[in-house]
Amino acid sequence: MSDMSHPPSLTAPGDPAAPDLAVETESPPVGGRREIVGRSPNQLAWLRLKRDRTARTSALTLVVAALVALCAPLFGWLTGMDPTDKFVDRLNDFGMPIGYAGGISSEHWLGLEPGSGRDIMLQLVYGLRTSLFIALASALLASVIGVAVGVIAGWARGWLDSVVNWLVDLTLAFPFLIFALAVIPILQDRFYTEREAPPPAFRVALIIATFGLFSWTYTARLVRGQVISLREREFVEAARAAGAGTGHILFRQLLPNIWAPILVTVSLNVPQFIAIEAALAFVNIGVTEPTPDLGRMIYNSIGYVASDPWYTLFPGLTIFLLVLAFNLFGDALRDSLDPRSTR
Amino acid sequence: MTEPLLKVRGLTKHFPVRDGFRARGAVRAVDGLDFDVRPGETLGLVGESGCGKTTTGRMLVRLLDATSGSIEFDGRDITHARRAQLRPLRQDLQIIFQDPYASLNPRHTVGRIVAMPLQVNGINPPGGIKKRVQELLELVGLNPEHYNRYPHEFSGGQRQRIGIARALALRPKLIVADEPVSALDVSIQAQVINLLRDLQRDLDLAFVFIAHDLAVVRHFCHRVAVMYLGKIVEIGDRDDIYQRPQHPYTRALLSAIPDVTTLGPAGRIRLAGDVPTPLNPPSGCRFRTRCWKAQDRCATEEPPLITRDGGGQLTACHFPETGTISQDSGPVGATAEEVSK
Repeated sequence: MSDMSHPPSLTAPGDPAAPDLAVETESPPVGGRREIVGRSPNQLAWLRLKRDRTARTSALTLVVAALVALCAPLFGWLTGMDPTDKFVDRLNDFGMPIGYAGGISSEHWLGLEPGSGRDIMLQLVYGLRTSLFIALASALLASVIGVAVGVIAGWARGWLDSVVNWLVDLTLAFPFLIFALAVIPILQDRFYTEREAPPPAFRVALIIATFGLFSWTYTARLVRGQVISLREREFVEAARAAGAGTGHILFRQLLPNIWAPILVTVSLNVPQFIAIEAALAFVNIGVTEPTPDLGRMIYNSIGYVASDPWYTLFPGLTIFLLVLAFNLFGDALRDSLDPRSTR
Repeated sequence: MTEPLLKVRGLTKHFPVRDGFRARGAVRAVDGLDFDVRPGETLGLVGESGCGKTTTGRMLVRLLDATSGSIEFDGRDITHARRAQLRPLRQDLQIIFQDPYASLNPRHTVGRIVAMPLQVNGINPPGGIKKRVQELLELVGLNPEHYNRYPHEFSGGQRQRIGIARALALRPKLIVADEPVSALDVSIQAQVINLLRDLQRDLDLAFVFIAHDLAVVRHFCHRVAVMYLGKIVEIGDRDDIYQRPQHPYTRALLSAIPDVTTLGPAGRIRLAGDVPTPLNPPSGCRFRTRCWKAQDRCATEEPPLITRDGGGQLTACHFPETGTISQDSGPVGATAEEVSK
């Protein structure tokens, strides 16, 4: 990501120790009656982000993916198909799609699923929606819990901080997959008997809750550390000396200084959740049929890898691109918010 | 004599040292300070690193709670006042910090930083907050059009001016200046000190000026208190302290000011050893471990801070020095830190 258009003179937005040359050189000459407007650290970060080619490319990928996911019903309407429609007449006697490359044709652009005969493109588009929704909702939940717990621990210190630290250590010590394997079926049995199928939304909510309950720890630790390091800074003491209350100090003085690392954690959490969510399908605790899901598509396709590799390729490629784009964007975001961390 | 604005009696701060949950003694950072500050007066607080200057300053503006002793401001005891009770006093009692890079929120504009004390206290000055902030910026010598700029766009000296504007926003009567210039270049130091002096004259401010630069203190302060290991060893008018120091420690400090008229360390008193730990300060006189005049009495009996000649100069020493030293503080200031080197 060593973009040549990235001027090396830029300094950190939150870095008080470095005089910022960028602004002095970039601001228009102060002549006449122009009002002088400084660039906020956020504006500087945004400028850096816009200049970063990797960030632009990955952001474009993510926007396209999000648009496709949001417009999933539109795809169904345009093609006149439903993701659950089975085109058994396009399969041969062995259940394999007729035609080349997994049955790619003018009606079925990405072919058909072997066995069931469902349209892969629609499964993919709807599955993208499921995966993105689960990942984003989990990241949001984890951040909300993490920020709240971290701020409380960092601000209160003392025994509350110790309790939170023990809780974080405890949570980190749990092996996630085994815990999910235990919790998800048990909770489902708690609410639904074996005979009645739980609604798809229930399983999705369960997965989001499990992710959220497990992933708040990183954010909490990060926020706690930031709060502890910032609360002793002199600008916070100045606010206290002026008579500011806890609310003002937390929301006006501290939070504007810690949202940047929080944003970076969120953007790096999302791809993690996409990958883990796909992995859950392999232990059969992922999203259940008939809700389309990328992870389950890959899981289903494993049996056909030799005879119909195209079935694996499309969802696999989608997840790969999605995770890669999110990770690259998260890195670029971190670089732009804190340029000193670049190698 | 006018009634003192700030009256400090027996001010003490002990930081408990914990080993797990058991208390294991305490760092006696500040141990029984008595001093007064009159309206419009500047009291300099000098001493080596770790002698409790900053802790004292923070206690005065109630950023730290005193372990014991009392702080009386404008006739009211504020030692244990709660935040709501403190609110009206906050406006009269402000602080300027040492580090101009850490004392401004990097995510706020200058306008927001200077307006913060007004907003926190719900004050709406005539003409609006923005007008008042621009007046303040002008007062401290900044371009009022820089209202919308961010701290990272300013130099150290300019940032310190922003910090001063913030402290002035509430029109205080007393400002605790915690080493306001020690992080700045010498040329900028002079500008900021002169600004503070002009402000003091124009606004009738009282200062508690914490510093280790003896030349700066001599330039700026009416009275000087010399601290050593959490105690005041000598306090008096500037000229008394600088020309007729009575405490050996004060003498040693002053001898460290480089004299441009002589070459080499002529007449320099070198103190042996380091400052003892405030966890377990020496008995009797705390300076006795490094004092060339120390005798048995110094270890057993703590010298009281009393006047020797009936004047306003108080010294805590059993064997005070007499005689005058004549020296001019050159442009180069000696720091108290240099004494022990």
